[in-house]
Amino acid sequence: MAGLTIDQVSKRFGEHEALSNVSIDVADGEFLAVLGPSGCGKTTLLRMVAGFEKVSGGRIVIGGQTMSSAEHSLPPEKRKVGIVFQNYALWPHMTVAENVGYSLKVAKVGRAERDRRVTEALSLVNLNGFGDRRPANLSGGQRQRVALARCLVSAPSLVLFDEPLANLDVHLRASMEDEFADFHKRTGTTIVYITHDQAEAMALADRIAVMDKGKLAQLAPPRELYREPANEMVASFISQGIILPADVLTAAESGHCRVRVLGQEVVVRCRPDERPRAGAKLCCRSPELEAVGAHEEGIPVAIKRVVYQGGSARVELSPVERPDLNLHIEQADPVTLEAGVEARVRIKSGWVIPEAGNAS
Amino acid sequence: MAVSISRVPGRSDFHMQAPAKKGLPSEKILTGLVVAIVVILSILPMLRLVQEILAPGGRLSIAAVEAGLSNPSTWTATWNSLVVGFGGTILAVLFGTAVAILVSLTDVRGRSAFVLCFVTPLMIAPQVTALAWLQLFGPASPLLKLIGLAPPLGTRNPLYSAQGIILLLGIQYGPLVFLMVRAGLRKLPRELVEAGLAGGAGRWTVLRTIVLPLMTPSIIGASALVFVSCVGNFGIPAFLGIPANYLVLPTLIYQRLAGAGPSVLAEVAFLSVLIGAIAMAGIVAQDIISRRRDYRISTTSLPVEPFELGRYRVLAETIMWLIVCAILVLPLLGLFLTSLVPGYGIPLSLKTATLSNYSFVLFDHAAAKSAFLNSSVLSVTAAVFAVLVAVPLGYFIAWRVSWWTKILNLTVEMPYALPGVVLAIAALLLFLKPIPLINLQIYNTVWIILYAYLARFMVLALRPTVSGFHQIDRSLEEAAQVAGAGFMMRLRTIIFPLVAPVAVAGGLLIFMTALSELTVSALLWSSGSETIGVVIFSFEQGGDSSYAAAISMMTVALTFLVMLASNFLAPHLPNGVLPWRD
Ligand SMILES: Nc1ncnc2c1ncn2[C@@H]1O[C@H](COP(=O)(O)OP(=O)(O)OP(=O)(O)O)[C@@H](O)[C@H]1O
Ligand SMILES: [Mg+2]
Repeated sequence: MAGLTIDQVSKRFGEHEALSNVSIDVADGEFLAVLGPSGCGKTTLLRMVAGFEKVSGGRIVIGGQTMSSAEHSLPPEKRKVGIVFQNYALWPHMTVAENVGYSLKVAKVGRAERDRRVTEALSLVNLNGFGDRRPANLSGGQRQRVALARCLVSAPSLVLFDEPLANLDVHLRASMEDEFADFHKRTGTTIVYITHDQAEAMALADRIAVMDKGKLAQLAPPRELYREPANEMVASFISQGIILPADVLTAAESGHCRVRVLGQEVVVRCRPDERPRAGAKLCCRSPELEAVGAHEEGIPVAIKRVVYQGGSARVELSPVERPDLNLHIEQADPVTLEAGVEARVRIKSGWVIPEAGNAS
Repeated sequence: MAVSISRVPGRSDFHMQAPAKKGLPSEKILTGLVVAIVVILSILPMLRLVQEILAPGGRLSIAAVEAGLSNPSTWTATWNSLVVGFGGTILAVLFGTAVAILVSLTDVRGRSAFVLCFVTPLMIAPQVTALAWLQLFGPASPLLKLIGLAPPLGTRNPLYSAQGIILLLGIQYGPLVFLMVRAGLRKLPRELVEAGLAGGAGRWTVLRTIVLPLMTPSIIGASALVFVSCVGNFGIPAFLGIPANYLVLPTLIYQRLAGAGPSVLAEVAFLSVLIGAIAMAGIVAQDIISRRRDYRISTTSLPVEPFELGRYRVLAETIMWLIVCAILVLPLLGLFLTSLVPGYGIPLSLKTATLSNYSFVLFDHAAAKSAFLNSSVLSVTAAVFAVLVAVPLGYFIAWRVSWWTKILNLTVEMPYALPGVVLAIAALLLFLKPIPLINLQIYNTVWIILYAYLARFMVLALRPTVSGFHQIDRSLEEAAQVAGAGFMMRLRTIIFPLVAPVAVAGGLLIFMTALSELTVSALLWSSGSETIGVVIFSFEQGGDSSYAAAISMMTVALTFLVMLASNFLAPHLPNGVLPWRD
């Protein structure tokens, strides 16, 4: 087993700075998911950990041994990390068993031992009896399992996944997700898992690193990421958070403070060091907003669009005073709101996004 | 000379069938015209050849086959053809693959310049290559003389041997293998290599167990193509083998015909079918082998990250440029120096150097003068005609995929896939007597050469045009159709402008190839219809190497000019149409 330390790592491609000063500590046996918009440098980060790219600055340490630094880089074949690619990368000229047994063959493991471990790895991913097939004759899900078995067979202490499920359909994804979680629980391997799918990351990971334009935006457990985003980018990126301008009126007291938002005073969650200030930002999740009757206290809003989603509807609306802000709420059946009408919305709770430059 | 635009396996299958349309008259006429041209140029000569073998004079007979088989020189030449065919192929494949791997998978610098230099020998006619190398190593070599290393006059040139032929074939066609393997390596997804590295395999192991096996389809495909080219090559064994009396099938045919004239046509027809059969065997073998190894790479990804050579990089780069020196610079230098020598054996110095060889072939020698005119007209006509036919033909093949367009495509490939000698003999058989009905005699005129050029080189314009069509969005034409444009209108205003750059690039390849072509014209020329290739050949055979070198230098210079000019087209061309552009 091995932990992973990414220490102040930067990567430049010519002029373009793909990563700048990213630091992430992954504990031994931890499952870390990496999320971020397309092009933010997730794959680049992973490829540097695997040793396919050199770092431009900083260090990468795996299991206490420095693997990459600006001066020195251990080649990938010496790192003993496993990697599962989005496009599976199975060698079409080898059978499934040959694919899986490749690293053992390279390590000159004896024939009998090799066969045993290949069988074991294949049964671990529920592919018993598929050893003689060619990758071309497998379904997408089976291919991904072979790729997983191939990376597991040498029992790597660190396994890297680059969007392993992106090419699979929804149903297969769910079952593969279960398998990954199961595999992690059983083996206790340290995992770095890149994905586009937030639900997948939330379901699998111990902690999630959100990246934005080559920087680490936040590194936190899923619940904290959702409830207490560290900045506007994370707040809006995760589950489409709603960002509203607010003034903090009182200092934090047992994790809460009073704010004025869109003309209303509300008690919301905040960091313990929050103090009164103007121009703050409040992050609300759609369940924290609710539609109220026309005569109850609430923010007058104009409804722009109602999208029925089966059992509930997503209602998009804007405050009458601030038509530039976009809010959305869920309304369960029976859906009464409709586009064009005015209604009132109450903010039940929210999270004050900490002041920039005020790291926790 | 074989100039191949990388063949894409399994192309065109994914194109949807065109919706059924009302048959427009102009479209029908054009279809008929194109099919008629293909039939006349490709199917007719092949049928005529087969008829000559199996049923000469209209009656079924195997006398010609028997006569051919019982002649011992047939067997010697066949054996020799196989020896140089396999030898040249093995050398070219080893050489081309090694260089392709070095250039594609490592971080050597100056790649595009190197590719340009490395591929250029492919653009130079084989007999010019042969001549250049002969000048480099012979006892009269001005270069060796300059540095005082020349063997004494009268010494036999070491290249006059089977080994010499194999060496030059390997050098001539190594770049062809290079291009095909490099195209394959570029499509290799980097993850396949990285998965191996992550599995703990070193670079050499990954190369041996992953990269090379995955490249076998490219390598096998290239081997077949090179084998066909080697077996059918005339220029190199003519220059290197005839003086040593080492005959291969094409040179045997040439000698028979040159000695006895059309009376031996039936006999040489058998020999040419024999070469055709050997070539086909190569292609079929390739097909069988590659069918058993379907390593199709389906995913698209970035190409493999170049492997850092570290302190070996300078060494690798030095080797690369030494190769360029050896296969391009030195031979051309030898050729150039020879073209300046006033007479055989006279040492070259600043005082003796002369341009009189150039002025002699340009202004004084009647055959040479007419050869320049003939070859220019022939190659320009062949190029223009091929471009004009390739556009509608490519349109049908790429966008109207059906069984008959596939056959059309195969048919056009055939005269080029088969050795040139085969086509030349077929053309002789076809036109020995005047064409029936119109009673036109084109035998012994320049027209028979034109016919053979059109048949042989059509595919050089067609292949890039078809791949050009595949890269164009079909909806561009459909939009014009919806706007009410008829077929001819669309062809003129939409289709032709879209594929013109590729088709023209193909035309340039034809021009370069045809300009100093020898294989076909050596068998078809007559007094007054000499081509540049023929004149170079006869000068060399007559011992006038300096004249031959002077003409060769001019064709090489012209080739370079065309390559340079075609760069203006480059921005409008898909990758790989101009083989020398990386
Ligand atoms: N080899 C390279 N040369 C130059 N630029 C590169 C290279 N590899 C990546 N980049 C650039 O670095 C940035 C980050 O790329 P990366 O592939 O890491 O993004 P990503 O977060 O994985 O995106 P996606 O979610 O789309 O896979 C991009 O702007 C990309 O264009
Ligand atoms: Mg990526």
